[in-house]
Amino acid sequence: MPEFEPVLLARINKPQSAALETYRADGGYEALRKAVAMSPGDVTELVKSAGLRGRGGAGFPTGVKWTFLPKDHPGPIYLCVNADESEPGTFNNRILMEFDPHQLLEGIAIACHAIRSPTAYLYLRYEYGRSYRVLETAIQECYAAGILGENFMGTGRRLDVHLHRGAGAYICGEETGLIESLEGKRAWPRIKPPFPAIEGLFRKPTIVNNVETLCCVTHIVARGAEWFKSVGIAPDPQNPRDAGSYGPKLYTVAGHVNEPGCFELPMGVTARELIDVHAKGVWKGRKAKAVVPGGISMGFLSADELDTPLDFNGPGKRGCLGLGTAAVVVVDDQTSMVDVLYNCCRFFSHESCGQCTPCREGTLWMTKILERIRTGHGRLEDLDLLLEVAGSMGIIPGTTICGLSDGAAWPVKNAIHKFRPEFEEYIRTGRTSRDPVAYAH
Amino acid sequence: MSVLSEGVRERIRALFPKYPNKRAVTLPALHIVHDELRQVSTEAIREIADLLDLHPAEVHDTMSFYNFFKDEKHPLGKHRVWVCRSIACALRGGEELLAHACDKLGVHPGETTRDGRVTLEFAECLGACEGAPCVLVNDECHMNISHEGFDELARKL
Repeated sequence: MPEFEPVLLARINKPQSAALETYRADGGYEALRKAVAMSPGDVTELVKSAGLRGRGGAGFPTGVKWTFLPKDHPGPIYLCVNADESEPGTFNNRILMEFDPHQLLEGIAIACHAIRSPTAYLYLRYEYGRSYRVLETAIQECYAAGILGENFMGTGRRLDVHLHRGAGAYICGEETGLIESLEGKRAWPRIKPPFPAIEGLFRKPTIVNNVETLCCVTHIVARGAEWFKSVGIAPDPQNPRDAGSYGPKLYTVAGHVNEPGCFELPMGVTARELIDVHAKGVWKGRKAKAVVPGGISMGFLSADELDTPLDFNGPGKRGCLGLGTAAVVVVDDQTSMVDVLYNCCRFFSHESCGQCTPCREGTLWMTKILERIRTGHGRLEDLDLLLEVAGSMGIIPGTTICGLSDGAAWPVKNAIHKFRPEFEEYIRTGRTSRDPVAYAH
Repeated sequence: MSVLSEGVRERIRALFPKYPNKRAVTLPALHIVHDELRQVSTEAIREIADLLDLHPAEVHDTMSFYNFFKDEKHPLGKHRVWVCRSIACALRGGEELLAHACDKLGVHPGETTRDGRVTLEFAECLGACEGAPCVLVNDECHMNISHEGFDELARKL
């Protein structure tokens, strides 16, 4: 296999990488020119044949999603760009937006052409202030250059991209929560069906795509489906339902490593290679105890599972929920899994939107049980109680509307299944952990 | 006497053409008012609702869902400082940094210093995990913040 060259991150270290002028000098917006000369159906077919799967966490085939839109709808059809990146440990969208906004805007324009959408809303988490400012400038540059606006790219059609800032809620990353939030309501995910492609934003057909996904679209149009399929992992021939794990992927590595960062690699790199080669090993000469493969909602790999390839299938084969956002978080061998799990549970309890009782109550009570264990009052039965609560919440057991709850349950299931002796010892010896922060409420 | 100035109203109205209905301007309008007045009071909710052709309860319902917005009982200080407590930061001293920030400013998370200068908040993952622990000061993220680094940031506020 030839040496892998980064594509998505190719420009981020260049001077003025966010400017339209430098983007164009590097061949930018040629893919869009090519796309608008094609029929929308052909662009969709190209993305479908490339095997691109959504990078936001669920891994749904992007081109297939686009084909779910009704044919001959009077419109408007909307594109929502999901830039509500909030999964703990994840930051690759931020890097794409801050350092190469035009790569994203080109992908947005191509997608809008493919799905016949005159309007894209980019839903950006509030905390990404710098991304907001960079994107705002880039969008203005596009309007001035005729890439957006009336008669975009000389097509005779109008295309608008609007930035819309969130207000600090993780649930807005769920596509129908995002739509509700954009409509000006509380971000309570919708019951599906209807899926957004049929009835989404403002009750119109809507496609919601992640930032990295749309950046991949730009390169698929520029380089072709065969190029995309030459990178990554082909479908498992034993599994007729596997759509493969093609293309380059942005992996982020954080936590107890020497050099945390964002690395673009062919899909399917192992957790071990990411940690040892790219992030320069576990810090302080220690060993990894547990590794989050793709944001905390995916659960944990144990130290003897680090050769797992991080493609769409690998983490699932080790009992994790999936690849998620490919955000790797490393926990060293000096850290208590009780404390790590408590941190995860507290996050989901804070971020549960409260709509479905099993999630609202389950995340809270799992946090409370772990609080009890951490004050030295835990009981061995608490571990089975945690598993019982975790097993009762989510789409998989069929008790909630969205997948936040499955993501909240997964770290609990994995931690107790894979690290049970440590939890038992913690409880048996009456260990305690002190929360350094005093919360007023 | 209205609490929303004509300038604020104008900025909110300017957003109407971006959306097919006015309700979608709720979050942007709340941000504009919140930035300007450092709170969204009951009267401000009424006036936003009036501008957007909504019931005040609809605006309040949305606003109260997002812990982000402060009401008149808990107005924001001049600056808002968020210290991340989620996993990637917590593994590298984020919670100790938050505790230090509390000591330094003499407040609990969610509270404002008595002089009204700084509101301190805990944050859930700020998406700057390569620079953990990180701190968001108003709209700008700062990475790899030591306790001394925090003191330095706080001094400039």
